[in-house]
Amino acid sequence: MRAKKPSRSKRLLWHVALFIPFFVAIYVPLYNRIEPTLFGIPFFYWFQTLWIVVAAAVTALAYRAKI
Amino acid sequence: MNWAALTVFSVLFALVTVLGFVAARWRAADLNHLHEWGLGGRRFGTIVTWFLLGGDLYTAYTFIAVPALVFGAGAIGFFAVPYTLMLYPFVYVVYPRLWSVAHRHGYVTASDFVRGRYGSPLLATLVAVTGILATMPYIALQLVGIQVVIGAMGFSGEGLAGDLPLIVAFAILAAYTYSSGLRAPALISVVKDLLIYITVIAAITVIPAKLGGYGQIFAAVDPKKLLLAPPAAGNSGAYSAYATLALGSVLALFLYPHCVTALLSSNSRGVIKRNMALLPAYSLALALLAFLGYVAVAAHVQTNPAYAGYFAKYGNNFAVPALMLEYFPGWFVGVAFATIAIGALVPAAIMSIAAANLFTRNLYKEYLKPAASPADEARVAKLMSLVVKVGALAFILFVPQQYAIDLQLLGGVWIIQTFPTVVVGLYTRWLHRWALVAGWAVGMLAGTAMVASQQFKPAFPLHLGDWTVPGYAAFYALLLNLVVAVGLTYLFRALKLREGGDATLSGDYEYDVT
Repeated sequence: MRAKKPSRSKRLLWHVALFIPFFVAIYVPLYNRIEPTLFGIPFFYWFQTLWIVVAAAVTALAYRAKI
Repeated sequence: MNWAALTVFSVLFALVTVLGFVAARWRAADLNHLHEWGLGGRRFGTIVTWFLLGGDLYTAYTFIAVPALVFGAGAIGFFAVPYTLMLYPFVYVVYPRLWSVAHRHGYVTASDFVRGRYGSPLLATLVAVTGILATMPYIALQLVGIQVVIGAMGFSGEGLAGDLPLIVAFAILAAYTYSSGLRAPALISVVKDLLIYITVIAAITVIPAKLGGYGQIFAAVDPKKLLLAPPAAGNSGAYSAYATLALGSVLALFLYPHCVTALLSSNSRGVIKRNMALLPAYSLALALLAFLGYVAVAAHVQTNPAYAGYFAKYGNNFAVPALMLEYFPGWFVGVAFATIAIGALVPAAIMSIAAANLFTRNLYKEYLKPAASPADEARVAKLMSLVVKVGALAFILFVPQQYAIDLQLLGGVWIIQTFPTVVVGLYTRWLHRWALVAGWAVGMLAGTAMVASQQFKPAFPLHLGDWTVPGYAAFYALLLNLVVAVGLTYLFRALKLREGGDATLSGDYEYDVT
């Protein structure tokens, strides 16, 4: 069984963090552009692909924080 | 006939067939219990669940259709990426609650939960029927993936001769699903997922290099397709369609019975949570595969006379198989095509098991034989898994493929209508059960009408005054559903309509094994 639960405010903060990928993903103007390219790949494509990793990292950290 | 490919393909196919039957003895238990046959005894740990969910969510159809959409339509096809990146944090927060309450009460399906939560057999039945309806065309679409690769290996016969390989593959699948239950796709998914990573890594390293790198590839794509069309006067254009497609898909996915089945088969909340950080590995593979759509554009496979016949028959779904035929040696084409075929069998097995679980628990036991023993349940579920597969096979053999695609689109619109009942229900019992029934009915009708009015395209142009907001029909129908459910809850409560019981306690939703 896990140790004692994190406080309410800490849980709330982590939930906000977990929903950051939502805002990034649905706010299209943020990434609907070609430049800057990475290895010839337009921004639109590499930025969203990169966020798969970021979202996974946030989820992993939330798990470590016992959220 | 491509003999090298066919040989490797057959060997791999035989291997997973053996695995499928051996699975019955893996973590041996009495398979005459539904939770053993249909949920693998709820004993899967982090690694098995990772393979099982990966094999379940990332279907062969996904791996063919996503690059095909990028190949044909460009940037909008990339919505699968924001979709999968939002998916896991969402499931991480919400779905351990379903696992907990299901574990506490022995629920096998989402409908079991609804039955307990709202004390409403009608609402539970609606959720079960929606799940079965949404799953059937999904199974049929898995067969499309198998058909494409079988055709690409040179089986070009018409009529029964042409369909025979597909029928044989499905008969084998049906046999081991019947005997081993969820253990079969769980074991096979290990092979399937490893093959997927091998194939994807080979495809995205070897093929772009032969075409001069990604810079050259993206330069070959029509610049208009590379980005989403920006909003114009009075129309939010592709922006709102892209965002709502991704968001709606996130809200819908884990309502599908096959996802619930895989989720409930895990042995603790921790397994689910750890997997939400680990499953994005598959999303990365999917994003890289989406690039293959552009690689196919740059490689001019569509204008290559060698593939003209296939494109005529399978449409853009042939883009990825054509790339593999063009750039891989025969034996590796066999590996890649076996990956696609096995990648279709795993989800097809899980989907048929999930549909069978729903039928058994929420229709058969509810209405036909309330006194059913565990052995009765397991027997009915096994038979039902056969019926579901025969139905899907008949559908794909005798009905134009486009119908399966249209129905699968509708399936997404339908399944999301269970969101207020299931997901909101995981947090609060506030919504009235009759308001949920009404919201579901309005959402089903409105969503179906929206899709039908657009000739079965997912985006519906919503008119708000003189502003047009194209968006995913499922998402709009869900909003309508929620408005009706909330509004009628106030009304029904004022009228003092009976609330019905609640078999669950608030602590059940946080429960974990110790």
